[in-house]
Amino acid sequence: MAKQITLENVNAYYGGFRAIADISTTIQPKSITAFIGPSGCGKSTALRTINRMHEVIPGARVEGSIRLDDDDVYASGVDPVDVRRNVGMVFQRPNPFPTMSIYENVVAGLRLNGVKRRPALDEKVERSLRGANLWNEVKDRLDKPGAGLSGGQQQRLCIARAIAVEPQVLLMDEPCSALDPISTLAIEDLMMELKDQYTIVIVTHNMQQAARVSDRTGFFSIEKTGEPGRLVEIDDTPKIFSNPREKRTEDYITGRFG
Amino acid sequence: MPTPTITTTTTTTTMTTTAQRRGDRVFSGLATGAGVLILVVLAGVAIFLVTESLPVIGAESSELPGDRTFLASLGPLVFGTLLAATIALALATPLSLAIALFISHYADRRIARTLGYLVDLLAAIPSVVYGLWGVSVLAPFLQPSFVWLEEHLGFIPLFAGPASSTGRTVLTAGIVLAVMVLPIMTAINREVFLQVPTLHEEAALALGATRWEMIRMSVFPYGRSGIVSGAMLGLGRALGETLAVLLVLSQTGAVTFNLISRDNPSTIAANIAADFPESTGVEINALIATGLVLFVITFAVNFLARAVLARRAGFDGAAG
Ligand SMILES: Nc1ncnc2c1ncn2[C@@H]1O[C@H](COP(=O)(O)OP(=O)(O)OP(=O)(O)O)[C@@H](O)[C@H]1O
Ligand SMILES: [Mg+2]
Repeated sequence: MAKQITLENVNAYYGGFRAIADISTTIQPKSITAFIGPSGCGKSTALRTINRMHEVIPGARVEGSIRLDDDDVYASGVDPVDVRRNVGMVFQRPNPFPTMSIYENVVAGLRLNGVKRRPALDEKVERSLRGANLWNEVKDRLDKPGAGLSGGQQQRLCIARAIAVEPQVLLMDEPCSALDPISTLAIEDLMMELKDQYTIVIVTHNMQQAARVSDRTGFFSIEKTGEPGRLVEIDDTPKIFSNPREKRTEDYITGRFG
Repeated sequence: MPTPTITTTTTTTTMTTTAQRRGDRVFSGLATGAGVLILVVLAGVAIFLVTESLPVIGAESSELPGDRTFLASLGPLVFGTLLAATIALALATPLSLAIALFISHYADRRIARTLGYLVDLLAAIPSVVYGLWGVSVLAPFLQPSFVWLEEHLGFIPLFAGPASSTGRTVLTAGIVLAVMVLPIMTAINREVFLQVPTLHEEAALALGATRWEMIRMSVFPYGRSGIVSGAMLGLGRALGETLAVLLVLSQTGAVTFNLISRDNPSTIAANIAADFPESTGVEINALIATGLVLFVITFAVNFLARAVLARRAGFDGAAG
């Protein structure tokens, strides 16, 4: 189910501007990988190349190759829609569909896949909401708007929506940055549980969070503005935080950045 | 030297503050005045319509147009007004949605801008031109297709025929009205579609929605209230349009859903324009009373649309 992600010489552009350059790495299945680094260094861009969301932006394009196990995501003839059905994504700001009920939000992806039978949907809703640690809070109001939940609940709803389709990979772009510490911990616990089934890549500015949840950590950086972001170093999380290979990584981790 | 400078600065500051306060007062006065003026005009029109309509109550049918009671002649007019406007809206709504979507989500930027500009230009054409175009170009152009409709789809009551020989049918009028309301509806739809937050669109795309599925999941729900507002504005214009209908439609006052025959309903507005010059006495009051009814219909339609929107306000995309 969970797949290995291989990036090879990935470059991503916004029009003529190269935002990330020559990213190469392998991400193991059933693990959590954290991307850290200063603002604007291309963490989100790198993440969005994996599910082909980068090219949604007008003028944006990607070079290089990304494989899920052995399947090239960018091979000609691959429909980005199919890629996104297998790679779930959670965004920085919770974005449940505002006009849909909690129930409809969770099954939105399933409906896209053509699942129609009510019992099947009911079962998935309960399973996904339980998986997202939200079931007990919302089970009595599944028909209420998803937008009526608190920010933390909305984010967990978005996670439930993403895992309802049982993707092979789960991408999370600063999923806790808009949340209070308690909701943050709830989501971190959730990630630890989810990693038994999914390959998870998370972008975070929270160093403790990266240290707490991730198995491996990749540090992105830019030389100076206008230059593309690069993956400076990626290694086991304890190693990055105690004994990184690169001086720049150490400076960033210890707060002596810039 | 430094001292005078300081003095000047202080004076300027004080004056600016006073001027700003006065500016605020003037502006709020103007705003309030404009609001009151609108209410006064609206009340004036309403009072005029009501007082001028009153004599119709208790008038003998012999004094009224067509020697019929007021209600007997009102019914067919209301029917015709609603029919023509409904045809217009039924045609213009999907078309304006499609054009607006094409501009906002499908076309590349240059084509989109040109197309948007062209549609806006349609709004600048005076209604008499639409009327002339309708009667001299569109009606003869459509007439053969009415014959075809009668022959092949005549079993549907809408196309029962016999097909009009001039083409000046209620369907033609409805099409002209549709073209006339298209610009405003397209402009409003386009604006709301462009305002859909990227966040909502990406939520759908990241789940593996195709572009059309994304539009159904994110764009339409978000734009729903805007779409309804646009349709209401279009409907208001279609209900009240006078000149184009007067020129295009060959009105006989019939009550029929047969859209392509020579017996066509009249609309309230076109009927007023047609009959007013030859009316005297209480006949004029009767026409004004139909105007009052039109006013009420337009108002009710708007009210209804708002009520429908408010009922689902909790789920409203634009609000959330
Ligand atoms: N839609 C866009 N159009 C043009 N340039 C963009 C766009 N999005 C990002 N960029 C640029 O690409 C570079 C990388 O941006 P990206 O969002 O990937 O950084 P990030 O590491 O995620 O930053 P942050 O930590 O602030 O989220 C930046 O220089 C940014 O200005
Ligand atoms: Mg980012």
